[in-house]
Amino acid sequence: MKTFSVSKAVTAVMLAGLVLLPLYSYLSGNIFILTLFTRIVILALAAASLNLIMGFGGMMSFGHAAYLGIGGYAVGMLAQEGVGSGFIQFPVALAASAIYALVIGALSLRTRGVYFIMITLAFAQMAYYVASGLARYGGDDGLTVYKRSDFSGLINLSNRTQFYYLCLACLFGVIFLIWRIVNSRFGLVVQGLRSNEQRMQAIGFPAKRYQLVCFVISGTMCGLAGALLANNTDFVSPAVMYWTRSGDLMVMVILGGMGTLFGPVMGAVVYLLLEEFLSQITEYWALIMGPLLLLIVLFGRGGIMGLLGRLNRG
Amino acid sequence: MAEPLLRVEKLVRRFGGIVATDNVSLDVAAGELHAIIGPNGAGKTTLISQLTGHLEPHSGSVSLGGRDITYLPAYRRCALGLARSFQITSLLLDFTAADNVALAAQAHAGHSFRFFANARKEKGLRDAAHAALDRVGLAHRADVLVSKLSHGERRQIELAVALASKPKLLLLDEPMAGLGVTESQGMVKLLQELRREVSIVLVEHDMPAVFALADRISVLVYGRVIASGDPAAIRANEDVKRAYLGDQHVVTHHG
Repeated sequence: MKTFSVSKAVTAVMLAGLVLLPLYSYLSGNIFILTLFTRIVILALAAASLNLIMGFGGMMSFGHAAYLGIGGYAVGMLAQEGVGSGFIQFPVALAASAIYALVIGALSLRTRGVYFIMITLAFAQMAYYVASGLARYGGDDGLTVYKRSDFSGLINLSNRTQFYYLCLACLFGVIFLIWRIVNSRFGLVVQGLRSNEQRMQAIGFPAKRYQLVCFVISGTMCGLAGALLANNTDFVSPAVMYWTRSGDLMVMVILGGMGTLFGPVMGAVVYLLLEEFLSQITEYWALIMGPLLLLIVLFGRGGIMGLLGRLNRG
Repeated sequence: MAEPLLRVEKLVRRFGGIVATDNVSLDVAAGELHAIIGPNGAGKTTLISQLTGHLEPHSGSVSLGGRDITYLPAYRRCALGLARSFQITSLLLDFTAADNVALAAQAHAGHSFRFFANARKEKGLRDAAHAALDRVGLAHRADVLVSKLSHGERRQIELAVALASKPKLLLLDEPMAGLGVTESQGMVKLLQELRREVSIVLVEHDMPAVFALADRISVLVYGRVIASGDPAAIRANEDVKRAYLGDQHVVTHHG
């Protein structure tokens, strides 16, 4: 029983737009828009990964930007040491993110609620200061990636269109995985834990184990976004891990709709386009952005996806 | 006598200066329905929480089927065949009734580190869920969100969730709490049927229900078991009358 709904229609239009964007960029000769949207797609990927633990798992991580840095530094540092192959860089970026998530998750998941938020934030800030201290890799100033990841002719990351489609494929791939995960046995357990942890323990689920695995999956996905981001900007610096970046990701998720499959993508698109658009009008764009976000959070519970869902019923 | 299914020995739990569980010992034989009664604040829920693993005792031991489970975490006890219902309904409100029960079945069908196949399409789990829902008479409400169900229906779901794990021993913490007269009668009838399949520890305030159902009753007052025996013996027990039942005409009325 497939029924028409506004949110489905809007999602479909958005996805079609993302797929056709390079064509538009080519026809109109507007190269800038492709660069902008490459960044949007990468951050949408990061937001989608955060949504897995925050929206579906109920784990309010305030340190998700750390993975952007870890994935990015894995690419940057390997490139600097002469390892240019993407077949090495990307797996290392994912593995490093997974290990970081495993350690941070094992420690953070001992706490709940606001303490969990604070401890994930604290670890991300630690990662930020560690990166600032890496004198060999640029320290505070960051690290320039002189050559993008080399996939030996399979795909050329320096080609704007190819790179854009690589990012988009990664985003769709991750969303497909998340879709499978949330409907799997594992996903139901994780969502059950979000809903009522005491009940889940009483029917026989060891809560932490499942939450930790979810935390690691999410971190690994975000590490992928980090590796792509470093390639996109040809640069990685501690700033990508700063806590305001983690905040941006949270805002994207909440804005788009927590616990929905495409909400984070919607959130990333709207948030970053607004930021781009408003900052062209005025230097004080944050003054407009803030209240706008406030309105959506206050009146649109469930974010944009929630609003669209209500349009459908109303 | 054979090894009892559940054996509680000299259990002690203090909260500050208050001894909430004071040297409690009791046995539950396989197939028995053992009721625990006592006035408010007698330590019934504290005792249940130590049986389920939500609270650790300061001394004493709990064993299930001969195995010491005193310090096992809740989820491990559950795997050994101990299921509970909560005094205050505790369900996954944003899940359907069927999902709630299917998750309980899933918890006992191997590990859940399966990431790809759609769990809602696993026939084994769905069938188990529907069987349990059918058992409590709620099969027709399977696809309704729990948040949309009435209080009485939620109490029944609690029971279905406990049943879906195919327990050896069911700990029911006030299953009649907040139910209307008809609903209570329905619950008593249901428990009459269930007791043939599973051993039950029943904590309940509803005296007519307790006396109608129990094989044996233990009376808890100030954390201590002051009497334990069959319903007739408890009704005749002078200590019980004085300490607890004294002016509750329900019991005399019932007898």
